[in-house]
Amino acid sequence: MPIQVLMPALSPTMEKGNLAKWLKKEGETIKSGDVIAEIETDKATMEVEATDEGTLGKILIPEGTADVAVNTPIATILADGESAADLGKASAPAPQPKAAESAPPAEAKAEAPQPKAEAKAPPAAVAEPDPEVPAGTEMITQTIREALRDAMAEEMRRDPDVFIMGEEVAEYQGAYKVTQGLLQEFSARRVIDTPITEHGFAGVGVGAAMSGLKPIVEFMTFNFAMQAIDQIINSAAKTLYMSGGQMGCSIVFRGPNGAAARVAAQHSQDYSAWYSQIPGLKVIAPFSAADHKGLLKAAIRDPNPVIFLENEVLYGHTGEVPKLDDYVIPIGKARIVRSGKDVTLISWSNGMTYALKAADELAKEGIEAEVIDLRTLRPMDTDTIVASVKKTGRAVTVEEGWQQSGVGAEIAARIMEHAFDYLDAPVARVSGKDVPMPYAANLEKLALPSVADVVAAAKAVSYR
Amino acid sequence: MAAPKKSVVAKESGQEKANGSPPEFTKAQELAALRDMLLIRRFEEKAGQLYGMGAIGGFCHLYIGQEAVVVGMQMALKQGDQVITGYRDHGHMLACGMDANGVMAELTGRRGGYSKGKGGSMHMFSMEKNFYGGHGIVGAQVSLGTGLAFANRYRGNDFVSVAYFGDGASNQGQVYESFNMAELWKLPVIYVIENNRYAMGTSVTRSSALTDFSKRGASFNIPGQQVDGMDVRAVKAAGDEAVAWCRAGKGPFILEMQTYRYRGHSMSDPAKYRTREEVEKIRTDQDPIEQVRNRLLAAKVSEQELKAIDAEVRQIVNASADFAQRDPEPDPSELWTDVYR
Repeated sequence: MPIQVLMPALSPTMEKGNLAKWLKKEGETIKSGDVIAEIETDKATMEVEATDEGTLGKILIPEGTADVAVNTPIATILADGESAADLGKASAPAPQPKAAESAPPAEAKAEAPQPKAEAKAPPAAVAEPDPEVPAGTEMITQTIREALRDAMAEEMRRDPDVFIMGEEVAEYQGAYKVTQGLLQEFSARRVIDTPITEHGFAGVGVGAAMSGLKPIVEFMTFNFAMQAIDQIINSAAKTLYMSGGQMGCSIVFRGPNGAAARVAAQHSQDYSAWYSQIPGLKVIAPFSAADHKGLLKAAIRDPNPVIFLENEVLYGHTGEVPKLDDYVIPIGKARIVRSGKDVTLISWSNGMTYALKAADELAKEGIEAEVIDLRTLRPMDTDTIVASVKKTGRAVTVEEGWQQSGVGAEIAARIMEHAFDYLDAPVARVSGKDVPMPYAANLEKLALPSVADVVAAAKAVSYR
Repeated sequence: MAAPKKSVVAKESGQEKANGSPPEFTKAQELAALRDMLLIRRFEEKAGQLYGMGAIGGFCHLYIGQEAVVVGMQMALKQGDQVITGYRDHGHMLACGMDANGVMAELTGRRGGYSKGKGGSMHMFSMEKNFYGGHGIVGAQVSLGTGLAFANRYRGNDFVSVAYFGDGASNQGQVYESFNMAELWKLPVIYVIENNRYAMGTSVTRSSALTDFSKRGASFNIPGQQVDGMDVRAVKAAGDEAVAWCRAGKGPFILEMQTYRYRGHSMSDPAKYRTREEVEKIRTDQDPIEQVRNRLLAAKVSEQELKAIDAEVRQIVNASADFAQRDPEPDPSELWTDVYR
């Protein structure tokens, strides 16, 4: 029976890609290991190697096709003795072709075909209009990855003291391609590849900031920043205070935080609660593309150390970004992205994915949820949370991190302190489960919060 | 200036002079070094007294015995060069020209202290004097000092950063991460390892596989030199060489200063890990201040002139102690300031 060749996943979070080029024609003989096609993602171009032998029977997806979903059949291979007449039978699933990772993603992560979130514009865009954008502003559609890159490029054009350092940020164009093109525009003086030495280069960055430069330090992921956390907290966050205001540190630590997909416990931790506990740090964890841009620009300009928590799952998501010369969003302001009167859902970063979908589900059942995107975790916009809870009387927090001493626990405490008399039910917390992140697909799904969890919690606090 | 030797003079026995007789100082240099070292010695003695009286709290690490290191190095630097060190930092601050009143008032936790009383002994800074602290985490200042050098290179100036740390900090991982980047990027940083033989209570032979600290940069190709850190002239000469190397854009340089602390690691350390005789022998034979005083006397400088220096220094130190005890504590509102700017 003919063998199907499927669109391969080239990274843990890849959901779709472009079929750039076929290197074999229909009817050509194929040996195992032959490069048969080239696939482009927003991160890289990869070669697809055949894992089977035979003849290229039919090309199902022509070259130049964009946005081919992972696991879509792209061609069929005929085994010896089969002919084009057999093609109709080609329904058998084939082993997935191995992607030759000529430009591998960050680490040698397992190929993971299971996207965790749908690759479409966050529903936020269809909710409340952004009060920070003047009516009639032209919007451009960008991936979050591009929004981050543009934010850095704009700030580097604006201020010669801004530079970026980290692993693979320059010649490789970013492990997650967030720094794509920066080396070409700003040269190796300002886009600096470091050795794999998180503790050391975090300290070097802080030292440079103490002398007045404005470094952007990229961690390949925040999991690796644990090696550097002493410099972040003891040196960056505390020096202004310990020097009586004399010497501060304008620096941004940024990179993907939290769970990606199928990378297991050491690569899947959410540090929101860790950093948000530290006075002296500001902590930002945005969700929409526009917020990624406007808040990263604000973070780079801020005279304090800022932790900027991104999420690998969101990098490829697109959203509307206002086309403004200087789109800077104030740090410390939450945003109501959906209005409702029955229950308040509070989240940030990728947690918003669950919160917004849950709000859609709840609406079908007649529960109008108000959804708050915190955007900044420290300083936390308590006023916006409290005002909403005073209106709805019920609140659910949604985070991917662990529950104990989590950000949800802090939000619940603040609601209790400031709006206790307005509560009609105890605050509910939806969070990651209290276990290290498992690898197996089914267990990983169970460990993370789900839309159903949020819906159930919202109904529970609504006594429905 | 000849390029320093890449391979280093190794004297495993530790504390002997590595480079023969250093170049002589002029009389003016001798007098200046004496004055600056005396100021540190008397200041630290006074701090020890105030600690005993309960006026200074927490940790207090005295620099007595090591004065020649920072004073000699400072003589090799120029205005604009940066200095950063760990927690045994009072001497560095005075050598950088910071005001004794401000340092002592910080030790007593008063509002006139360099950090408004919020930093204490281990955490003082002066942007004006290019002193970048004062850091309490062992080894952290090495990466930070490398970052200061990075900034100099980024800006294209010819300033040099001097990062001081001890034999104990020399075993921290980030020291070597920093060495690697400094040599890779040819950063103008001088790593001054103050080998006072004990990391708190652990002698170098019990903690270090390689006790020749000048070789600690060997695997990164960073040149190093062992220096008699009790002889201010030797320190200055080695400092000159290292500074020239850095300013010429050749990258980092390591100086192992062989020195000794007379007091315990901190005020609460009875120093039972070494003998009284060991301390006495070094005080008698190698004291950095007595060495200068004896040379000056041999050069027919009058006792009178030396006494005048002593009196001036005592006056500064006594005034700082008075100020530090008279100055009010920080206003309670200061609790909430300087968290963000």
